[in-house]
Amino acid sequence: MKHTNLLLIVMLTLGLAACAGNRSIPDPEPTTDYGSADDGDQASSAGWDDGLLGEGEEFGDERMDGELAMIVYFDFDQSELRPEYADLLAQHANRLANNSRLSVRLEGHADERGSREYNIGLGERRAQTVRRMLLIQGASANQISTVSFGEERPAAFGSDEEAYSLNRRVEIKYLN
Amino acid sequence: MTETFARRLVALGACLLLGATASAELNIEITRGGAQQVPVAVVPFGYDGSGATAPLDVAGVIAADLARSGRFAPIPISNMLQKPTTGIDVDFDDWRILGVEALVVGQVTQTGDNVYSIQFQLFDVFRGEQLVGYRMPASRGTMRAGAHRAADMIYEKLTGIPGVFGTKVTYVTAIGEGRDRLYRLVVADADGENENVIMESTDPIMSPAWSPDSRRIAYVSFEQNVSSIFIQTLRTGNRVRVSSRVGINGSPAFSPDGRKLVLTLGGADGNLDIHVMDITTREVTRLTTNRSIDTEGSWSPDGSQIYFTSDRSGGPQIYRVDATGGTPERVTFEGSYNARPRLSPDGKKLAMVHLDRGNYRIAVLDLERNDLLVLSTGDQDESPSFAPNSDSLIYATREGRRGVLATVSADGLIRQRLASGEGDVREPVWSPFPRY
Repeated sequence: MKHTNLLLIVMLTLGLAACAGNRSIPDPEPTTDYGSADDGDQASSAGWDDGLLGEGEEFGDERMDGELAMIVYFDFDQSELRPEYADLLAQHANRLANNSRLSVRLEGHADERGSREYNIGLGERRAQTVRRMLLIQGASANQISTVSFGEERPAAFGSDEEAYSLNRRVEIKYLN
Repeated sequence: MTETFARRLVALGACLLLGATASAELNIEITRGGAQQVPVAVVPFGYDGSGATAPLDVAGVIAADLARSGRFAPIPISNMLQKPTTGIDVDFDDWRILGVEALVVGQVTQTGDNVYSIQFQLFDVFRGEQLVGYRMPASRGTMRAGAHRAADMIYEKLTGIPGVFGTKVTYVTAIGEGRDRLYRLVVADADGENENVIMESTDPIMSPAWSPDSRRIAYVSFEQNVSSIFIQTLRTGNRVRVSSRVGINGSPAFSPDGRKLVLTLGGADGNLDIHVMDITTREVTRLTTNRSIDTEGSWSPDGSQIYFTSDRSGGPQIYRVDATGGTPERVTFEGSYNARPRLSPDGKKLAMVHLDRGNYRIAVLDLERNDLLVLSTGDQDESPSFAPNSDSLIYATREGRRGVLATVSADGLIRQRLASGEGDVREPVWSPFPRY
């Protein structure tokens, strides 16, 4: 059950990352289709509306708000962020920047190999990577706390690469 | 005499495999013996007091201690031709014929409601000489400690090395997998008996450390999802939170005079550095400032230096710095991963977690000769801690999914596994010598 949930989260995360990838790559085709005479489905025969068009503002995809992935995974012995998580963290940063009353605790973790207190350091380093990404993108320092559990709170039990890769992670916990 | 025994003990030879001797939470099994085991006899003690038998099988405890050292092989009681309880009744020929080299006899005498006297004698069988004769008062509650003390005296007389049977160990256990996981901080006798849970939490507990007087234990607790360092007094159970700064509070270790703690602080930016705290004033001095992970501080026995793990060169290696500050000096160069330094109480050896061809193992660096000896054979061994006699170490190893404890002699010849009844056992720390 636990594994299924984690898998779901991983898939969801990867899915989001895939979208992010597409968006960041310059599209050779025009990205906006204004319609044409041949395009029966999208073209409208309705006349132009010349009504007011004021300055807009961006807002997040509210549908996705509750479903943002909350876990960032790391490679062996690494605290560098995998590129696929850039967009996810941008969304979290956005959420924090847009609501100063929100705060998060970043919980860093390591796999079980090696010394325990050194692993506390590795988990903290990962949490700090995520923290910096959130700060750079508009979250404020007082919204973010970090804690490292090292190898003390594994998400997956077992001594194989599958468990290890699920344990090298930072969990983003919203506190309110 | 002592020398003769010592020489025999050091000699390499065949070994006997001994089965588990205790029915405690931690059962001791000798998994490999590289040293010759000297045959000894510990005769069941006589008893004079109320009830049919003494409150404790003192001879049984002594025999188990000697067997557990890996250096002695107590003969079975059923092989004994006589069962004397004082030296006067000993016929040495009956013991020479069995090939026994040392003989222990003794008795327990009740002298009051909860007052007993334990007396024992140790003999060199070949010479027919008494090596030790000792009598001590005890209560029902202290009789086991008295038996360990007797074993310590016997062991020291025969090997020239102080015994550690009267010492204690502390360790952490984690029971269950998942959110309801229960973490326990345990203090037990070195033979695994007498387990006491001194702290229990659903949040992780880690890095226990003894005070030099064995009366207090410092540890890290993650209550309320933040790390804090506590010092708990064993007798009262009272605990004080001594460090709960923003970010990491970790890796506490008492200075040899018991007045200071070395600890790791990370701050909001997560830059782990070694600090020293005056326990009374709580004043903190920062010893390292490197951007890397600096952690796992450990004092030299004279208190002048602090050894620590740092990955300033890339991977984790061990460094040392003056306890008053200065420029750290790198200590380990062999291998890509050396962490969690612990000095032997005699200051001659440095134990660490060492990555040995893909396996995390316990290794000891001889600080005088500068050579590294890998002592353990697991693939995820960690948390080495020296016995107060510097002669052996306790560490955590994995057996399947479970963490278990093991001991190994500092020369690597005698290795034992201590099986736990429950949960994942980790981070064993050997206490200092008891004070009688």
